[in-house]
Amino acid sequence: MASLDSKTPQGALADKWTNYKNNIRLVNPANKRKIDVIIVGTGLAGGSAAATLAELGYNVKAFCYQDSPRRAHSIAAQGGINAAKNYQGDGDSVYRLFYDTIKGGDYRSREANVYRLAEVSANIIDQCVAQGVPFARDYGGLLDNRSFGGVLVSRTFYAKGQTGQQLLLGAYSAMNRQIAKGKITMYNRHEMLDVVLVNGKARGIIARNLITGEIERHSAHAVVIASGGYGNVFFLSTNAMGSNATAAWKIHKRGAYFANPCYTQIHPTCIPVHGDQQSKLTLMSESLRNDGRIWVPKKLEDAKAVREGKLKPTDIAEEDRDYYLERRYPSFGNLVPRDVASRAAKERCDAGFGIINNSTNEGVFLDFSSAIERYGKEQAHIQGVHNPSREKILQLGEEVVASKYGNLFDMYQQITDDNPYKTPMKIYPAVHYTMGGIWVDYNLMTTVPGLYAIGEANFSDHGANRLGASALMQGLADGYFVLPYTIGDYLADDIRTGPIPTNTPEFDAAEKHVTDRISQLINNNGKHSVDYFHKKLGHIMWNKVGMARNAQGLSEAIHEIAELREQFWKEVRVPGVPNEFNQELEKAGRVADFLELGELFARDALERNESCGGHFREEYRTEEGEARRDDEHFTYVAAWEYTGKPSEAILHKEDLKFDNVELKTRSYK
Amino acid sequence: MNLTLQIWRQKNADAKGAMETYKVENISPDSSFLEMLDILNDQLINEGKEPVAFDHDCREGICGMCSLQINGEPHGPGRAITTCQLHMRKFKDGDTIYIEPFRAKAFPVIKDLVVDRSAFDRIQHAGGYISVNTSGNTQDANAIPVEKEKADKAFDAATCIGCGACVAACKNASAMLFTSAKVSQFALLPQGRIEATERVLNMVKQMDLEGFGNCTNTGACEIECPKGISLENIARMNREYLKASVK
Repeated sequence: MASLDSKTPQGALADKWTNYKNNIRLVNPANKRKIDVIIVGTGLAGGSAAATLAELGYNVKAFCYQDSPRRAHSIAAQGGINAAKNYQGDGDSVYRLFYDTIKGGDYRSREANVYRLAEVSANIIDQCVAQGVPFARDYGGLLDNRSFGGVLVSRTFYAKGQTGQQLLLGAYSAMNRQIAKGKITMYNRHEMLDVVLVNGKARGIIARNLITGEIERHSAHAVVIASGGYGNVFFLSTNAMGSNATAAWKIHKRGAYFANPCYTQIHPTCIPVHGDQQSKLTLMSESLRNDGRIWVPKKLEDAKAVREGKLKPTDIAEEDRDYYLERRYPSFGNLVPRDVASRAAKERCDAGFGIINNSTNEGVFLDFSSAIERYGKEQAHIQGVHNPSREKILQLGEEVVASKYGNLFDMYQQITDDNPYKTPMKIYPAVHYTMGGIWVDYNLMTTVPGLYAIGEANFSDHGANRLGASALMQGLADGYFVLPYTIGDYLADDIRTGPIPTNTPEFDAAEKHVTDRISQLINNNGKHSVDYFHKKLGHIMWNKVGMARNAQGLSEAIHEIAELREQFWKEVRVPGVPNEFNQELEKAGRVADFLELGELFARDALERNESCGGHFREEYRTEEGEARRDDEHFTYVAAWEYTGKPSEAILHKEDLKFDNVELKTRSYK
Repeated sequence: MNLTLQIWRQKNADAKGAMETYKVENISPDSSFLEMLDILNDQLINEGKEPVAFDHDCREGICGMCSLQINGEPHGPGRAITTCQLHMRKFKDGDTIYIEPFRAKAFPVIKDLVVDRSAFDRIQHAGGYISVNTSGNTQDANAIPVEKEKADKAFDAATCIGCGACVAACKNASAMLFTSAKVSQFALLPQGRIEATERVLNMVKQMDLEGFGNCTNTGACEIECPKGISLENIARMNREYLKASVK
């Protein structure tokens, strides 16, 4: 089978994007006014795209399921955003950011896309500062940086532990300016339930008004999906409760290929599961690994005593602690990439050293005592305190740590009732981000003409593992600096098309499809709530398609998910009526889609007989337990075509070519 | 823990609402308040009844979607947290808990505990931005140094999550804290000074049009604000407004 065409421009890597921009077709300002663009999702990618396209003159219709675009889940990103500014003079460059991202992604991303991302990264910081985003600054008034996993430079810009919030509010403010001008029409509390194709091109969507339940038709000359990732297929994740794959899955069912669904990021530092009443998991930012040290007890009996509450972590002597990341990966230490850190935690817990008193004992310590002492001594020196007492050192040190991570420490204390200044945090990996997503070419266009996917919803830049602080970078790069160019090249053909009518057979059919499905859910009158099925799906996914996978477990998962889906359609109960505010109906539609996506996810994981990045197959590992890639057979993007059932999806491949980096075994030792 | 819940039920915006009584049992003190409501809803669905509608999303205290007036306080007992970060250990076994929507004329009820806060968005449309286009040619970020103290204050103001607790806490249902947070953030930054006059006049005008009350300096908003937005911002907005009015 021929490789999928990524439409990557010719020329040297560093010139591709510039040459591309110089050669695309442009739409003149008068014609832009005649063109409508629909954007689904208003996070960093969707929000920035909506604002920029409206600034250019297009008529934008933006949709979000929340009550305001400001609530999109990008807001919860904590640690920071990468950019190759080299303000620290520590040797950073566009090439290094590109290289780190390719390597961090375990050589499973597209070179040209990643290089472009690194190239525009610096513009993002300039743009955000111009918008008034209050990044952290030093006493000279200039921007501050910190370091994140998998890199040896400090290129991460941040706003305390609320970077995503500040960037999203920046994009939201840019949207507000266009909403005020009437260039963006905002549809809050609306959910897209299908895409409408006319003559093979995306020309509109069917959306449900979540307040009235009304089914609406909206047309446009192009449709952009910016609806985020599908981590909630696991039920428990760090995603928002409403985060869903519905928009992405609907376009997949209408012809957009879905790429690498098995690439999921399990983030190493989250607050562990407390019990079966839990609804979601909370992330503790990767930035904490700048100062926190991860460990478990060296002795099994100590681990047991900690779990039973008979031994406090602070009473375990230094020599009885196993700082396993520092031990195994001396050069990167606690700042190894996320996939590596997560697997190492699982390895220790599987070996019996976990420290949490729950059914799985899954938890490790994240300890700030060394940092508090180090900062305390430094501050005492700065303040001229001679022979400071231990109390004084700790007090000064805690103040420094509070200024860096205060809000995260407060959040931890709220949730766990433990004081992380005095006792180490307890953490464990949790589902956080999905690198896989809708397949797009270099233009960010899906396999359906006029249908685009940006941000976490697409698959393009992170390969098999995303580096910390790169999601924000990609979302804003796509929305501010990439899509506004690439979509123009496509829309240049539409200057004479005129408004797209919605009273056509294509819209009729799509609307009927949506209303039929809603009726089916409402009239089913089964015996179990939607959450009952969602939790079951999450269990299958976490146990068999989670941090470590094997062929047998994946085959079982595929069957179990298919069975669960059948049971769902027979036995789900959705109370209320369709034409009202009905949150259970919203959830039901989303979980129905997860029940299909989960199966494709497991199939993709079964098909990929290698370990790479976040995809770890137990059959494919080195003697030291590290991931073993198979470059000869699997240096490709797996792009799935829907044909009626997830089990019958057809696999297409995009071969990945590396002309500028050498494929190596990823080592952080 | 076993609890009695008194919850506001209202079918839609036009219907008349009323408090109804529910019981939940075996709630873990480690559960969050919203997880407790999830359990109640699961129970109601299994009994063939309508679950209680409430807004929520990130459950990490940052999106601003969750609301709830719990025992008369926005976001319930506990300071500097949203409802989703409130945990059941703050209550006692056997307690009766009163749960209502945020109450304000400018926040009409949509259903049960869900209110319409789009008035907040409209205040932002009136001026909550700096007029700069995306071009890739804006000046280098470090070409605009900002005094650290001012940058930190701008950040503190910018952490507002737009939840509406300030309005719900205020006896006048005033949106001064919310509006002043955005006015302050931009007033403190050199990038924001250029449009400062227009911004404060337009945002305050829209705030008044939406039907929010005025500020009588009781400070309830600051106490209930989950992000600890300071009253200082209201003072700063008043000064900006005065300056803009006499220009």
